Amino acid sequence: LSTVDLQTLGGGRRRFSLKVWLPVSILLGALLIAPVLGLSSFIQSLIIEIFVFSLLALSLNVLLGYTGLVSLGHAAFFAIGGYAIAIISVRWSTEIMLIAPLAVASAALWAVPIGWLSIRLSGFYFLMITLAFAQMISIAAVRWKSLTGGSDGILVPQPMLFGNPVLQDRQSIYYFTLVVFVASVLVVYLIVSSRFGRTLAGIRENSLRMRALGYNVGLYKLIAFVIAASVAGLAGAMNTVFNLFIDPGAADWTQSALVLVMVLIGGAGFFVGPIVGAAIVLILEHWLSSHTEHWGLVLGLLFIGLITFAREGLAGVAASALGVGDGGNR
Amino acid sequence: VIEFIAVQSLNALVYSMLLFLLALGLSLTFGLLRVVNLTHGAFFLMGAYFGLSAWQLTHSFWLCVVLAPLCTALLGALLEKFFLERFYTRSPLDQVILTFGFALVFADIMKMIWGKEIRSLSPPSALSGSIEIGSVSFPVYRLMLIGVGLSLFVFTWLVIERTRVGALVRASVADRIMVSGLGFDVRSLFTLVFAFGVALAGLAGVLGAPITSIYPGLDFEVLITTLIVVVVGGLGSIFGAFWASLLIGFAETYGKAFYPAIASFIIFGLMAAALLFRSGGEDEEEPA
Repeated sequence: LSTVDLQTLGGGRRRFSLKVWLPVSILLGALLIAPVLGLSSFIQSLIIEIFVFSLLALSLNVLLGYTGLVSLGHAAFFAIGGYAIAIISVRWSTEIMLIAPLAVASAALWAVPIGWLSIRLSGFYFLMITLAFAQMISIAAVRWKSLTGGSDGILVPQPMLFGNPVLQDRQSIYYFTLVVFVASVLVVYLIVSSRFGRTLAGIRENSLRMRALGYNVGLYKLIAFVIAASVAGLAGAMNTVFNLFIDPGAADWTQSALVLVMVLIGGAGFFVGPIVGAAIVLILEHWLSSHTEHWGLVLGLLFIGLITFAREGLAGVAASALGVGDGGNR
Repeated sequence: VIEFIAVQSLNALVYSMLLFLLALGLSLTFGLLRVVNLTHGAFFLMGAYFGLSAWQLTHSFWLCVVLAPLCTALLGALLEKFFLERFYTRSPLDQVILTFGFALVFADIMKMIWGKEIRSLSPPSALSGSIEIGSVSFPVYRLMLIGVGLSLFVFTWLVIERTRVGALVRASVADRIMVSGLGFDVRSLFTLVFAFGVALAGLAGVLGAPITSIYPGLDFEVLITTLIVVVVGGLGSIFGAFWASLLIGFAETYGKAFYPAIASFIIFGLMAAALLFRSGGEDEEEPA
């Protein structure tokens, strides 16, 4: 199964086997032709949302699963990317090939000082300081009205693609997000399965030993932080382009907590874990919120059950059920 | 100007004392159990709701003040016995997820039982008046809250520093394996301390209800502020919790009076600064 083959364990070589590529290509093919075959606009929106949040969860997993840093402030960079693209497109340009990279750059730029300060701490203290910074950004989003529109948020004009107003309907946004998603997943995959990614896993397992081996642990953590923030910024930018709207809810700490849960449900440290987790949480949320208003209750029970019975997430359960891979890779 | 400062300082003191009750409970559980308890805010709100129900049943504010913390303590003890106990050896992240899960579940159950409206609890008639000092009038109830906060500070300090149970708690914070090796029942001690911490949250909830009013969402607001206080004060320290409550209480009250836009910005800044300065630039590794 792809979950097993794609997981990166310390020093594990990636295998481009048929077992990986067959399901991935089938899934991709299905995603490509589904809208043409008359996939309803509601489902298309849901899938776009899954792309966006998978990307966000994937970026958090670079910190959580690979580097072992638990951030409770990741939504801050999602919001920075989202606000950056909104502010730029209202004031200067709506060319997406220009403004999306600018949004990513803003998230990365903010991640440098925040990461530089945060990585001095670890464990619970890292969690608290990322929360503190994220809350400051969230407060700024509410209070800095001239820039962010306060709690009313910002309405964003339709973006252009190479000067053409093609991103008008649901379907073209669907294909655009699909392309961005696949490209970003590939980039993140290449990063975490590279020598750099395995160094991060080494830091997660034993940062003292990595330091003794001569690695600049702080620098590696900072780079991981900036990469994670950049991808989160891209997810935020996509989210704004999809909704044509952003408000301070994007920066809320509950958003950070929800993403954390997506990663854990799927399985932290497994490459596809966050994608699976994001899909499950969003599908559950849509399905349940049409049946019950007690979404929080279900989510809470999900956390409790998950952490008590399936610590490694679904990818971990799948791996140990098949008796392959090291389920306890944390 | 003096009146303004007097009123603001009084309000800040009241707010600080509520924060202190909350932070004391959280800090004790953190110091002894080394558990990150994100249900603390839920127990605060639960205390307020239990107080509300107790008031509707008995129409006695004093019974509320006794019943609400007892009920929360009972629930807390059950939570500790059946769930948290298994998580003492797990990573902080696991504890965060477990207790956050419970916080969400509690929040929704409270919404089911007590509804989504803003509810209020009035202070007892004996304390509803106010005292005039010069040209400023202080509500008696708020003055009483300050008294309660201060006496609990002294009480807890005495229990921890001067009694046998307190000595056991301090010893377990230092080395719990050694203490249980000496034949003491550390498990029950943990349950007791957790229940006490949660009872303090419940007490803060019912006592604070006449001031804050009661509404869904209050639990998470309170949780975040309490976490800040505990982090600023240092985990497991009673004195730290006390001074940090005063610092955060005054910073937030005066911040709201002078710079409402950035009041909460200041307290998160204080937390970040406290975290960075305490660490002294070194990695703070979590106990395994």
